[in-house]
Amino acid sequence: MKFIDEFRDPTLARALITQVRREVAAHPECRPVRLMEFCGGHTHAIFHFGLRQMLEGDVEMRSGPGCPVCVTAARDLDRAMALADAQPNVILTTFGDMVRVPGSRGTLQEIRAEGADVRIVYSPLDALALAQAHPDHEVIFLGVGFETTAPGIAAALLQAEQASTPNFSVLSLHKLTPPAMRAILDAGEVALDGIIGPGHVSAVIGSDAWAFLAEDYGMPCAVAGFEPLDLLSAIAALVHARVEGKPEVINTYARSVRAKGNPVAQGMLDQVFEVTAANWRGFGEVPASGLSLKATLAHRDAAQRFPVEVDPVEEPIGCRCGEVLRGVIDPTDCALFRRACTPRNPIGPCMVSAEGACAAYYKYGEPIAG
Amino acid sequence: MKTSAPEQVGPPAKRAARGRHAAAERVLLAHGSGGSLSHELIRDLFVRYFDNALLASMGDSAILDDLPPGRLALTTDSYVVQPLFFPGGDIGELAVCGTVNDLAVMGARPLYLTAGFILEEGLPMADLERVVVSMAATAREAGVQIVTGDTKVVDRGAADGLFINTAGVGVVPPGIELGPHRLQPDDVLLINGTVGDHGMAVMMQREGLTFGSSLQSDTAPLNGLIAHVLAELPDAVHWMRDATRGGVATVLNEWAEGTSLGIEIVESRIPVREEVRAACEFLGLDPLYTANEGKVIIAVAEESAPAALGILREHPRGREAAAIGRVTSDHPGRVTLETPYGARRIVQMLTGAQLPRIC
Amino acid sequence: MCLAIPTQIKAIASDGTATVELGGVEREISLIMTPEAKVGDYVLVHTGYAITLMDPEEAQASLEIFAEIAALEDSLP
Repeated sequence: MKFIDEFRDPTLARALITQVRREVAAHPECRPVRLMEFCGGHTHAIFHFGLRQMLEGDVEMRSGPGCPVCVTAARDLDRAMALADAQPNVILTTFGDMVRVPGSRGTLQEIRAEGADVRIVYSPLDALALAQAHPDHEVIFLGVGFETTAPGIAAALLQAEQASTPNFSVLSLHKLTPPAMRAILDAGEVALDGIIGPGHVSAVIGSDAWAFLAEDYGMPCAVAGFEPLDLLSAIAALVHARVEGKPEVINTYARSVRAKGNPVAQGMLDQVFEVTAANWRGFGEVPASGLSLKATLAHRDAAQRFPVEVDPVEEPIGCRCGEVLRGVIDPTDCALFRRACTPRNPIGPCMVSAEGACAAYYKYGEPIAG
Repeated sequence: MKTSAPEQVGPPAKRAARGRHAAAERVLLAHGSGGSLSHELIRDLFVRYFDNALLASMGDSAILDDLPPGRLALTTDSYVVQPLFFPGGDIGELAVCGTVNDLAVMGARPLYLTAGFILEEGLPMADLERVVVSMAATAREAGVQIVTGDTKVVDRGAADGLFINTAGVGVVPPGIELGPHRLQPDDVLLINGTVGDHGMAVMMQREGLTFGSSLQSDTAPLNGLIAHVLAELPDAVHWMRDATRGGVATVLNEWAEGTSLGIEIVESRIPVREEVRAACEFLGLDPLYTANEGKVIIAVAEESAPAALGILREHPRGREAAAIGRVTSDHPGRVTLETPYGARRIVQMLTGAQLPRIC
Repeated sequence: MCLAIPTQIKAIASDGTATVELGGVEREISLIMTPEAKVGDYVLVHTGYAITLMDPEEAQASLEIFAEIAALEDSLP
């Protein structure tokens, strides 16, 4: 598979690992180099390819809040579930990632078993097609995801307008990543030497969007892709920046990321959404970090079209997802991890989502005895 | 939950006008009620295609004479796959193969099957016929007979077109004893071909997740292949299992959990078709956890592994056989995987079904 | 957010949808965010959309750097 297999080459990977280890060995005062991989997809890839073990001792990785499922506030999920029951003719469409996340009254998968019409789609366009095929139904799309995903929802909404499809609306829970990064650094809870930047978000917003990390926080950032060579070269760049004491933004994913990103995609976001405060699970409210539908599209804003009552939610006792999401602790530091909280019986979203740090640690991170 | 909208049928008045012939175009509630319509269905479809004396005699039970010597093996499974027809197979073929294979991996020679059908009112008769023809052909290939069965019809909407249950009877020849108690450290784990074909071929057809490619399900009866290996190496084969739902990773985890042994597999040795890898990339799925319907994992004594591999590869259903790992006394109860980068990581059990993801 | 795959455009329809291919698997996606894309180009696909054009020259450049690193590491004790 082109652009994938070449970036999984084991020989080249081993060379990069050796290079990193050599550089850290030459500067033992830097050890361990502490990095945060912001994006859940990176957490997953690092574990899946076994990269953590290969750099053990020299590089330490903390997971960040870049899992849109994990940072969806419980109350917002409750709102989505209430929408599924708002009217008998509602079809709630969603990406697969969301169906097992527990809200206050269960999961989307569970309410489907109770009779709610909840359907998994691969693309918001599939949801729009559903609306066009079933004019007597109200199709609501659960819009979760960062800047990689939001333009697609914007495009589907614009297409719905153009085609005059009245029965298609979106519950927008989309969030922006740079404000979350600022919030983590402003909180000052975690000591970091560098940040691995989300590669696909950056394909949309551009590597320049991370300049503030170097300029305002003196924090090096390497924008990375998702194959082993991508991650290893990003780690190598960050180790080098740490050693040199040079905060800069390095684009190690140049085959997909331009400095300015994709202006057409950004334009779609501007047409459809406005930036508002958003509720991040684990952070609380972060100003200017969410996307809400513009007033001109109020008729397609599911929250306005189907007003539902949703009570405030308290986090389960003992759940430390918030601290995990902010990079303050590793999943293994949480007393519930692997005991009360497992993939089979998840308490917080970090364990449910395939990209959640706790799920990744649980699935891959157990030390291998013998 | 239905994954596709049922076809619209004309209003009752029009149907009556079309007459008796038209009424046979779809399954009706009457087809399951035991009356003349039921009898016609059984005679014209099941007895005709399954074509054996036991079924033709239409007794309430089939009496099985002349069973070969050995221990009796009995298994059952229900088949609810959607869609009914997918690239490389259909629910009928699956219903025969799944049960035949469950017998074969225990070392049994599959002999007789039952077939119970739950039909949804409105199912096109042509679809039912196609499924029955498929079952007959697969049964012939596997050398088994479908000797008794049942048909029920439920209201429109109460079944996804068609559900099938098959039970199978076989005999384990004397001297063959497979099971977890025979698994030991250094046993080599073989598989007869590529993983994930079935799961991804079925995904292709589902609503919202369609891809165009030449990927086919691997649904196949494995009793011929297995009998061949057991005949050549009766003592070297310790245990076998077909890797159906949940994929290879699930079988291996069940083996590790159920014994006090560990399992190590090597990622680069697991055969995967390019299209399956690509389809998995599209959806964020892992071939190791993806369903198969024509793959068996065989644990063999270490010294016989090269010979066993050769024997598998001689057979049409084992051409792409590979050695994918071994049993170990390390990390009891756990399955580990060696990545191409030299690291080892745990392969966990799945919690629920793999779901397509965007993250 | 993260799962995007590199695919090659095999055909483009008049309505802006394209057939893309990876490893023999094809799917129809929307080119609305990459109007400049042509048949033969590689695009990164996420949730049914091409979100950016890929740059094969940059890919090649990256791989060459990795190869140099590998050669360097080989030459060291």
